[in-house]
Formats: sequence, structure tokens, C-alpha cells
Amino acid sequence: MSVKDDAAPRILYCRCAYAQVVPAEVKAAVLEGLATSGVSFEAVPDLCEMAARRDPHLQDLVRGAPHLKIAACWPRAVRGLFALADAPLPDEGVEILNMRTDSAAAVLDGLARGVTAREATP
Amino acid sequence: MSVAILPPRVVVYEGNGADPLPPADRGRLVASLLDRGYAVTLAGASAATAAPDGAFVVIGRFGGGPPDVAGVTVVVCDITGASVDEAVQAVEVARGDRRMNRPDGAVDVGQHAGLEAWKPWFPVVDPARCTNCMQCLSFCLFDVYGVSENHQLRVEKPANCKVNCPACSRVCPDVAIMFPKYHAGPIDGGPVSEADVTREKMKVDISALLGGDIYAKLRERSAEAQKRFSRERSADQALAERRRCLTKLAEAASIPREVLDALPSPEEIQRRAEEASARAAAAKAAAEAAT
Repeated sequence: MSVKDDAAPRILYCRCAYAQVVPAEVKAAVLEGLATSGVSFEAVPDLCEMAARRDPHLQDLVRGAPHLKIAACWPRAVRGLFALADAPLPDEGVEILNMRTDSAAAVLDGLARGVTAREATP
Repeated sequence: MSVAILPPRVVVYEGNGADPLPPADRGRLVASLLDRGYAVTLAGASAATAAPDGAFVVIGRFGGGPPDVAGVTVVVCDITGASVDEAVQAVEVARGDRRMNRPDGAVDVGQHAGLEAWKPWFPVVDPARCTNCMQCLSFCLFDVYGVSENHQLRVEKPANCKVNCPACSRVCPDVAIMFPKYHAGPIDGGPVSEADVTREKMKVDISALLGGDIYAKLRERSAEAQKRFSRERSADQALAERRRCLTKLAEAASIPREVLDALPSPEEIQRRAEEASARAAAAKAAAEAAT
């Protein structure tokens, strides 16, 4: 059984729930925007925590989609976290959006590019 | 705390056979679950079926006719007509005895009440910058680092790391060690400038600042404090001396006071430092032999 549309980029949102390094208003607005957009997405409490536990779900995410968009923090850190989890991100097909420095609007724009919303899906 | 506990995963299903949640509720529901430590898959209208792979519960507005997920170990909760709080409560009930690391407080609930939450603080190696020099492995007294089968540095025991201590990133000559939850760059994973590289290389010389090898100095100073303790029989004075001597080290390497205070005896520090150095040397030799 599958929830994903294999042609569409997969979206991963990190809540950074164990620390306050991502501005609360940005991560709240990004989640709100995603939730109202109608797209399917994955949301995790904290990528750091999952990487530390080498959560197999991270490997599934990397394997499961030709394109992956990640709303989290610094790309260098995110790539390091996936590598730590034995799920290294490929150089191509991955877009990392930085909620630590970018506005919610910029992050949502990046997430929306190339993603089919629920309403547009046959 | 063990890091073997994976966050329980919830599927919020809005595909075939389920009504969509009101948009405002959808965001609040996902946020509430994330803040309690659950991972969430929001399976929208394009999802053909509920996907319990790795999930323990599927929730959705099934209108009394939940999807058939026979043969899969998953709980299906019909949240038709439920408020966001009621839907979250349904997930909590479905979780049962499953342990989790809750970010919303210091303790778990139910039979695991009282278990401390673990703040995921640990080093992350930037594979694009790491030169496998093993200085971090040699420096860390807490066995956070290890070596992979192919002789590469790896973070082996993240939970051993001391929360808020970024000291090993200070000894990395290549600015390859990040702490994503640190408050400033480049340690937080931000871009690395030439100035950062120069600065970090200067910080490697904290041992020179202290007049030699860090641990040797630490041992020497602790030993001095111990001698004074023997002469003066004053535990308070010995402790004060130890604190004074460590202040400079703490400032140079951004080591939190509580980490220094928690260091073991000078003999144990020496033993661990020697052990770590030996592991680093062996790993380097193995890596060189392999190339």
C-alpha cells in the first residue's frame, strides 16, 4: 500500500520540536501553508532526533521518491543528518529549504514548485 | 536515555473512502501531534490507500466505514465529528504502552511516566569537509565517535554527547563538525567562510593557550589541586581550584561549566584520553593502509 504519488516530489517538514533554533512563527506558517495546500506530506518532530536513532523512515524517504523537498534548517546540517542516519541524500533531486533563515513565504514557494496539489489531482 | 525509541508514526488519511478534514483543523492536528513527538504522514486526496508501513495508527474521517487494512498491525481510528483535541486523544490511547521521547515536557506518560526526555544534541559530521583526521575522536572523552567498517569517522553514540557542549567542533581543523541545535554558525551548519576556517584553526591551538596538551594540562592542574587538597584537607578549596583552572579551558572551547564539573577523576580522564587517542591512531593507520 502506498500514499505517495510517484511522479510528484515528496515533501518532508521538520518541526525542530526539541529546540528553538527555527523561528516558531516561520515553522508554524509553513506547516499551516502545507496543511491548507492539499498536498500530501511527511512531517517529523525533529530530524536530529530521527537521525540519531538512525530511523529507517529516513532511508525510506530517500529511496521512495525521485524528488524530495525538505523544509528544515541549514542544507549542510540536513545532509549531514541524513548521512548519519545511513540515508545519504543524492546530489540531484533534493531541495532543502531553510526555515532558519528564510521567510515562510519563500519556503512555501519552494515547496510548491513542481508539486501537484490535491485539487489538481485527478 | 536509549536512542532506540523511534517516534511513533501516525497517518492522517484523507484519500479514497475518507472525508477531508477542515483545512484549519488539519494544520492544528498535525502541529499537535508533532509537538507531542509523533511523526505524521498526511495522506491527501491523491493517496490511493492508507499506508500503515511503519505507522501504528491511521486516523481519518471514515464516516463509520474505516478502510480495510487487514493483515497489517495498525490501529484505525475513525475521527468523524471529532475535534482536534479528541483526535489527538484517540492517537494517545492507540499508542498504549509504546514508549516515546516527548518534546513537550520532561516526562513520558502512562506507565513510562517519569522517563526523562532526551534533547537530541550531538555532533553531525559534514562528509564534504571531513578529512578523517580523527582529532575529534581523539578529543572526545565520552565515546561519541567511532569508526565505520571502511575506516571512516562516524558518530557512533550520539546519546553519549553532553548537551550544549560543542567542544569537539572547536578542535576540528576543517570546520566539519556541526551541532544543528547550536545558536550560531558555522557550528549550527551554516555556511563556512575562509575566516571561519582560519578562526577554527586558531581555536585548535587552545592546547597551546593552555601551555600544552589539553588533557595533560587538565590532569596537571587537577593533580595540583589534589596535592593542595592533601596538604590543606579542604575539599572546598580543592574544588574551587579545579573550577578556577578549568575556566580558561571552558571559555576557549565553549564547554559548558556543568560538563567540566562532571568530568571524572584525573586518572580516569587520562585513561579515557589515552584510549581515545589509541583508537584514533588505529583508525588512521587502517584508513591509510586501505588507500
